[in-house]
Amino acid sequence: MNMGPDVSGNSILPKGAMTMSSSNCMRRVTGAIAALGTLLVSMTAAANPVPWQMNLPKGVTPISHEIWDLHMAALWVCVVLGIVVFGAMFIAIFRFRKSKGAVAATWTHNTKMEFAWTLVPVLILIGLATPATIITRNMYNATDAEMTVKVTGYQWLWRYDYISYDGKPVTKVPTIWSRLGWDSNRARQLDSGISPWSVVDKQTGYHDYLLDVTEPLVIPAGVKVRFLITADDVIHGWWVPDFAAKRDALPGIMNDAWAKVDQPGIYRGQCYVLCGQDHSAMPIVVKVLPRDQFNAWLAARENPAALDKAARTAEVTPQKSGPEPAKG
Amino acid sequence: MSSTAQAVHYEEHHQSWFERWFMSTNHKDIGTLYLSFSFLMLFVGGSMAMLIRAELFEPGMQLMQPYFFNELTSMHGLVMIFGVIMPSFVGLANWMIPMQVGAPDMALPRLNNLSFWILPFAFILLLSTFFMPGGAPAAGWTMYPPLVLQGGEAIAFMIFAIHLMGISSILGSINIIATILNMRAPGVDLLKMPMFCWSWLITSFLVIAVMPVLAGAVTMMLFDRFFGTNFFNAAAGGDSVMYQHVFWFFGHPEVYIMILPAFGIISEIVPTFARKPLFGYKAMVYAIACIAFLSFIVWAHHMFTVGMPLGGEVFFMFSTMLIAVPTGVKIFNWVTTMWKGSLSFEVPMLWAIGFIVLFSIGGFSGVMMALVPADFQYYGTYFIVAHFHYVLVGGALFSIIGAVYYWLPKWSGNMYSSFWGKLHFWSSVISVNVLFFPQQFLGFAGMPRRIPDYNVAFADWNMVSSIGGFWFGATQLVFVGVVIHCVFFSKQKATSRVWEHAYGLEWTLPSPAPHHSFTVPPVIDDSQLAHGDVTH
Ligand code: HEM
Ligand SMILES: [Cu+2]
Ligand SMILES: [Cu+2]
Repeated sequence: MNMGPDVSGNSILPKGAMTMSSSNCMRRVTGAIAALGTLLVSMTAAANPVPWQMNLPKGVTPISHEIWDLHMAALWVCVVLGIVVFGAMFIAIFRFRKSKGAVAATWTHNTKMEFAWTLVPVLILIGLATPATIITRNMYNATDAEMTVKVTGYQWLWRYDYISYDGKPVTKVPTIWSRLGWDSNRARQLDSGISPWSVVDKQTGYHDYLLDVTEPLVIPAGVKVRFLITADDVIHGWWVPDFAAKRDALPGIMNDAWAKVDQPGIYRGQCYVLCGQDHSAMPIVVKVLPRDQFNAWLAARENPAALDKAARTAEVTPQKSGPEPAKG
Repeated sequence: MSSTAQAVHYEEHHQSWFERWFMSTNHKDIGTLYLSFSFLMLFVGGSMAMLIRAELFEPGMQLMQPYFFNELTSMHGLVMIFGVIMPSFVGLANWMIPMQVGAPDMALPRLNNLSFWILPFAFILLLSTFFMPGGAPAAGWTMYPPLVLQGGEAIAFMIFAIHLMGISSILGSINIIATILNMRAPGVDLLKMPMFCWSWLITSFLVIAVMPVLAGAVTMMLFDRFFGTNFFNAAAGGDSVMYQHVFWFFGHPEVYIMILPAFGIISEIVPTFARKPLFGYKAMVYAIACIAFLSFIVWAHHMFTVGMPLGGEVFFMFSTMLIAVPTGVKIFNWVTTMWKGSLSFEVPMLWAIGFIVLFSIGGFSGVMMALVPADFQYYGTYFIVAHFHYVLVGGALFSIIGAVYYWLPKWSGNMYSSFWGKLHFWSSVISVNVLFFPQQFLGFAGMPRRIPDYNVAFADWNMVSSIGGFWFGATQLVFVGVVIHCVFFSKQKATSRVWEHAYGLEWTLPSPAPHHSFTVPPVIDDSQLAHGDVTH
């Protein structure tokens, strides 16, 4: 994984932003950020859905790992129970056939057996529910977060505001408006004639149709980030599967979730609560940067002048960035 | 009873076609109406499903605008739940309960007529919304505000349709309770009743308890939308999460309303073809009662990610796990009924075995979803879609089809083609898995439900699923053929017992069953009852 500075001008933004770079402002921003040397290559493969995928991703946070283990345990319990129950049934089906001359018994109860198959499931379920309770407690424990980001769902885009970082309020970083990337947006129109397969992240080759945004949320690696999640119009759902951070975004209510991601990369998710016609078109992309790179990025965002310098570009307009939300 | 007796007399002698099918107070005719209506709705809702799967066949939008897709998924859910599963169970209850308890008819025949005839009007209201400005409701069958309030005027029609369906099913349930409690022939003790009667007795109480809750929820919605109240409007101090609590307090019992009668049916079919009495009859009754009770205290497992307090999450996780225990007991008892039986595999038995396998798979995913942290990764994905289709298609619908194959000879007096019945079964059981099994993978991979378009990584399994969908849909046309052939054209007459080892009062009547099942209470001989031996 190449984490070193890269001044070649490659965009680190997802595909959609590349397209936007045709606009002047965005080209500068993209170029400048790239100049900060935060190119992240080949990070998406493990983290995002792949063709024929059959299982939950393991994810990249301690919680997502615990959940994955719990999920696998539950899955295996089900497989074993299935084999036992269906096995017994198919043995009965093959052995006790009338056509093979089987004569029916007449017994209709067996207290010991009935007791056993009530008690054993209870024990198995307690065995699953106990670790589940512990994990739930951890998921609910967002204390000691070093960073807080407010996430607001709109029809049909996400808004991110940095609230605090490292014990200090963050006030000067402009809001991030994160909406579906333009390439995807063009391709998804009815009869667009554009193949969804043609929408590709140029950096990674990942087919990011409907999973790319104009501007991702950026967070530091190795830092416990607390997400305050709400919505402005209808209910949405903010979810990054690899973080196992997920909470309904409800108008008038502030929910929270947290994640501590150690591995830098680009992580993708989708809105999971039906929110109207473009519910399928408000993905979530989170870019996790190594902490020092994140700090540099944040400093640049807070102070565009410094960004200029770093990028050795003459003039950069402050990032108002992103489209306005289409409220409606 | 005296009004019943008069009705009996009247119908038997001067009935025109119109009177028979529109003014009927006869439990069999009304049962037939219910079943025909839900059969029709199966194809209405099924056509929507075909359109949905066609759009999802490939990534990209090919056939429709996203909003119309949302209309389709919402209406598909409402039609299948309220128009297919619930009315067909009521239809089966109408046909079978009087025959199984030794009664001439339902206790309240005129009410019976009313409760059926409300339904066509409810569905005309509901389906007409497709043609209204702004289109049909498009916020999912769960109708969450605030989204649902963005719908056009059509949501008023949806709300009144729901009120009507609720009234219809409450009236139907009152009738079933009255029939079972008052009309049993002397000697048919409660604990000698067939499991189908038991399951419906308990289901009826669930219906009466929760349909008014749904009515309350949608009425608040109506007021929010049209009369300026703010029950669910956060900007004015309302709370949209309250809607979810109220809805699921109805919604979870509702899903059991759609499966308990199925339990009853399977408990009838399996002993018949195992030639062995039902294992643990009393345990089966208690398990159903237990499930019905527990179904009132698990609702928030549909809302684990909504931001409940930790204590709430843990409570609802444990209560949900608990409900899996009596459910498991039922499955073990069916399997044990087969154990050391003398099995044969006529068409109804195939559907019952299919039910046991598919319903169990749905139950397994239910247990996984009951684990709060795991459900955080499943909620809102196709894994949920797979779960409820396994229990509702593989479970409820399979049991209904099995029941039709089991009792159709009794109803019509003719045998159907068992070749085509078996073909129907095998084609259905394979295609239903091609259709829904891959949806579990899609859910794990993170594909959200209720989306018309998706990332290309999800393309392959979606295509498989769609192929299974078209296959399953086409297969159901076989069913139409089998039923029409059996009722109108079959030359093969059914005996009164129909199946070698079928016990219960319905099998003591000739096939087709006479217009009024038992005009005089039958003399009960315990050996003629499926569960005459009360010691088990
Ligand atoms: C072993 C028994 C069962 C358990 C433990 C169980 C558990 C659950 C849970 C936890 C959910 C919520 C999942 C989520 O949205 O994240 C759910 C959803 C659902 N279940 Fe089950 N379930 C069981 C049986 C059934 C049965 C018998 C039916 C109906 C016949 C059913 C129908 C549904 C439906 C329709 C939904 C989805 C509702 C929606 O969101 O649209 N389930 N189940
Ligand atoms: Cu959404
Ligand atoms: Cu439920």
